[in-house]
Amino acid sequence: MKAISPKTDSPAPAKSFDVVRIREDFPILKQKIHGKPLVYFDNGATSQKPQAVIDALARYYSAENSNIHRGVHSLSERATADYEAARGKVRGFINAPSDKEIVFVRGTTEAINLVAQSYARSFLKAGDEIVVSAMEHHSNIVPWQMVCAQVGARLRVIPINHDGEIVMEEYERLLNERTKLIAVTHVSNALGTIVPVKEIIALAHKHDVPVLLDGAQAVPHLKVDVRDLDCDFYAFSGHKMFGPTGIGVLYGRSELLEKMPPYQGGGDMISLVTFEKTHYNVLPYKFEAGTPNIAGVIGLGAAIDYMQALDWNQVATHENELLSYATEALAEIHPLKIIGTAREKAGVLSFVFDHVHAHDVGTVLDQEGVAVRAGHHCAMPVMQRFGVPATTRASFAFYNTVKEVDVLVQAIRRVLKVFG
Amino acid sequence: MADLDDLYQEVILDHNKSPRNFRAMAAANRKAEGYNPLCGDHVTVYLHLDKGLIKDISFEGSGCAISKASASMMTAELKGKSESYARELFDNVHKMLTGDITAAEGAGKVGKLAILSGVCKFPARVKCASLAWHTVNAALAGDDRPASTE
Repeated sequence: MKAISPKTDSPAPAKSFDVVRIREDFPILKQKIHGKPLVYFDNGATSQKPQAVIDALARYYSAENSNIHRGVHSLSERATADYEAARGKVRGFINAPSDKEIVFVRGTTEAINLVAQSYARSFLKAGDEIVVSAMEHHSNIVPWQMVCAQVGARLRVIPINHDGEIVMEEYERLLNERTKLIAVTHVSNALGTIVPVKEIIALAHKHDVPVLLDGAQAVPHLKVDVRDLDCDFYAFSGHKMFGPTGIGVLYGRSELLEKMPPYQGGGDMISLVTFEKTHYNVLPYKFEAGTPNIAGVIGLGAAIDYMQALDWNQVATHENELLSYATEALAEIHPLKIIGTAREKAGVLSFVFDHVHAHDVGTVLDQEGVAVRAGHHCAMPVMQRFGVPATTRASFAFYNTVKEVDVLVQAIRRVLKVFG
Repeated sequence: MADLDDLYQEVILDHNKSPRNFRAMAAANRKAEGYNPLCGDHVTVYLHLDKGLIKDISFEGSGCAISKASASMMTAELKGKSESYARELFDNVHKMLTGDITAAEGAGKVGKLAILSGVCKFPARVKCASLAWHTVNAALAGDDRPASTE
């Protein structure tokens, strides 16, 4: 397994990652489940929140709550300043060229729907093709199917191999003059595969095809630099990167966002409205109709501050250790089978038993205090590809420990005791 | 506190390991499919109905131990019974799974199926246990649309 790219370029300090101290920042981790310490391995579904994020939400509602971009009073000015400051933090976090390319949305799903309904619906026509991979989350499949039905375009799928890696030759073969958009995940939620997105983007750009990346599972683990990736759209959610639910980001290249029509109409997205004609607001407000999730944006800003205060060389080393330790420990359990064995992985360990369904595994693990996801992970085509109805998924964050992996292993042994 | 042994009782584990009437049925005159969209569990229930009687019943599909055992016990219980009995049993099993009637009250109304009563302490698993029952209900109603636990 290759090292996760660190978040910063600073040299690795000698001191190791102090996970015990880090855990103090996350109040939820202190509780017991069924009398046992909580082992939270469902970070792929949503991550836990540090006190700093919880405090930022409370502070906004206790001291600043007001509407933005429209008040002349002090509270509104403060809220607007904090809201826009958070946009700047997001821009810095993904190294986007400009604040106006950062659009706040509800989450990754809404970001992808925005691109599907505004970009693809406006600029694609019958016979055009949209390319996705075989390991997409439903949120990076269904919006494209919907727009394909609307404009008569066709959805093409890049196959994956048995390790859960994109088959690059097949991808190259799919590209042709009808290809008008590529939408792939950066890190697979069901398998943990880190997709070679730079290579995918470079090939697409040779054909002048824009690329959207679903970054929901990448941002909590990898350094994301949209300029280095050279992607055209990047979508991610706050709640999977230690921020609040209900807030997400669409990064879009300004040339593309400029020519796209608004996704929703309403307040804040206009500059002038008459019954004859409405003039739309400038970027990014053109895409932010209505009162946004102001608290969520401020909370996301606090999550970014929290993440950027960590040493990401240490975080990367710690997360790699966790994943390889867990992979080795689970591989020793007979007859457990790991699904998703890509050379480059981040944060996810999916596994199955022939004779025990993932739901039963999940229920037994919960009794031991271990929280995992059991099911199809909103990636039913991935399950079909591997011929399994569901998997059990342990997904890690930097606050997890090797000791917790040992608890998982013991809990899996209990599963085998119950089911033989 | 919910106890794992209440959920995974010996009888349930046995039905999971060796499900009864686990086959497709060529002679079926009613058939319905059921999905649990949350987890992707899938079941097909086959019925051979004759003059209001369930002459034969079987099922196929994939799911967890709870859904498989529930389906297996259901087929064992309903074979040879009347359609009206099946509908009444569906109502009572459903009430027992959702905790609307207690295990003790249920015991009188659902017979052997009272063994499934432990499920109501595991809210996340109620839909697993009820999937086959929703599906047989759809098959009895002659409803071609896939049954869902939602």
